[in-house]
Amino acid sequence: MFTITKNAKTLSMALMVVGLIALIFGFYTDAHAAWPSLLFNTYFYLGISVFAVFFIAMQYVSEAAWSIVIKRIPEAIMSFLPVTGIIMLIILISAAMHFGGNHIYHWMEVGIMTEGTENYDEIIAGKEAFLNTTFFLARSVIYILGWIYFSRKLKKLSLDEDKHGGLSYYKSGIKTSAWFMVFFAVTSAIASWDWIMSIDAHWFSTLFGWYVFAEWAAIGFATILLITLYLKRLGHLENVNESHIHDLGKWVFAFSLVWTYMWFSQFMLIWYANIPEEVTYFNARLQDYNIDGDIIPNNYKFLFWFSMIINFIFPIILLMSRDAKRHNSRLILVCIIVLIGHWINAYLLVAPGTLGPHGHIGFTEIGMGLGYFGLFLYIVFNALTKVPLEVKNHPFLEESKQLHT
Amino acid sequence: MSKNTIYGIFDCEEVLLSSVKEIRENKIKIIEVYSPFPVHGLDKALGLKETRMAITAFIYGCIGISLASLMIYNIMIIDWAQNIGGKPNFSFYHNMPSFIPVMFECTVLFAAHLMSITYLVRNGLYPGGTSDSPDDRTTDDKFLMVIDVDGDTKLVKDLLLKTGASEINEKDA
Repeated sequence: MFTITKNAKTLSMALMVVGLIALIFGFYTDAHAAWPSLLFNTYFYLGISVFAVFFIAMQYVSEAAWSIVIKRIPEAIMSFLPVTGIIMLIILISAAMHFGGNHIYHWMEVGIMTEGTENYDEIIAGKEAFLNTTFFLARSVIYILGWIYFSRKLKKLSLDEDKHGGLSYYKSGIKTSAWFMVFFAVTSAIASWDWIMSIDAHWFSTLFGWYVFAEWAAIGFATILLITLYLKRLGHLENVNESHIHDLGKWVFAFSLVWTYMWFSQFMLIWYANIPEEVTYFNARLQDYNIDGDIIPNNYKFLFWFSMIINFIFPIILLMSRDAKRHNSRLILVCIIVLIGHWINAYLLVAPGTLGPHGHIGFTEIGMGLGYFGLFLYIVFNALTKVPLEVKNHPFLEESKQLHT
Repeated sequence: MSKNTIYGIFDCEEVLLSSVKEIRENKIKIIEVYSPFPVHGLDKALGLKETRMAITAFIYGCIGISLASLMIYNIMIIDWAQNIGGKPNFSFYHNMPSFIPVMFECTVLFAAHLMSITYLVRNGLYPGGTSDSPDDRTTDDKFLMVIDVDGDTKLVKDLLLKTGASEINEKDA
């Protein structure tokens, strides 16, 4: 059984305090900027926690054996899903109610879809069938409740299997996972359109769902790998050998490249075609702002290239060789780089569309990120203490222990 | 003393694997093992050096991306610069995003094809190459182990039989 070390407990508490201060500070000084900051941090951690459900489901439907000895780690990460889900719903509902200076979604402005009013926007009005507050909120509730339902069901099956054994739990797990896959394929894409892409409501990208999924997968695998290495260092998980670590390293490497592929596919086509309604998205990130003749330098330009480079160059160079994927400190370094890079990228998904030239990464953003990190550690580590760190009675457990690549 | 070559034939890869381990523990050198399919863990059991295929892949990929860059630079910048969608057409650097697909594909093409060719040549599978296998059944369902023995072959034969060989042949050299 895993017990939280004193240091980890202090660290998570301290981080939560920092997060709380950042939250209060953010809303007290500039609520208009605090909501987008909360949104992108929630998006980041929601991605990690919902990806853990996807990971479990993927192992079930592919009848994979290698991952069984680390199965409890994504199961623990799943327990962070309700927290992020509820915060996400709070953000969305307050955006719909324009509560507390929440103006994240431009298309929710009053009168934007009514012809004749000052705010009227023909393009956004044309999207009313999909982008209306009622449907939007109903959809979001369905995704989050659905994901939480599947995560709880998969976790329950795993615990029951520990208790009673037998093949029925495994078979039931495959069935549940298959349904989850179908549900997640649709909902993850639509959720990314709703929560992130609709910030820039005039713009759309048809591969946005995959782009966001690739990001979630990269940070999800990096988190699973980091927690595995941490527990291994504390002397737990004696059945996890180098090959398991190697396999997780491959996933981090692969999904960093998939993310870059998506990033570039999206960027290159828009850059090449250079159509006004498409390039606005990248103009907001790369061009200096021109507001009534005043040129305001773009804050995001550096971060835009920087995040792309550290999310791509570091994993590909540092993790290319086989030995690197078996080298723990190298893996830890790359995982931390990937997490920071994607955190910056998450910021860039939200901030330019909501804050324009006024956005910058400051105490509010970093503090909320750290606070989330503390909360994440607290909840996930608590979930890890409640159950044995290795599953029992899983049909592929023995095979997983024998893994060698 | 004459030098003899012994062929131990096995029916099953599990038996082969454990036999290889035991024979190597007895300090007997295995020259080669023929198998109809790759046996997982056999390379380690035989103590083979780690494959350098990954290094060749990296080199081939570098060749691919260099050639692709040269090719596209020559075509699109030097030889016949074209105005496509108003993109800067006299500079490689500024036009780079549109060249990346070509560079990516050439990297993959060179790495994949040259790796396959390297693999085949390294295994002697080029056109006109002959099979090294002393027994054709190794292309069907048998595994064959080659051991060179100086002098008394009885010890090795006994060991092979003990570890599960289904058949033992001998060739005088």
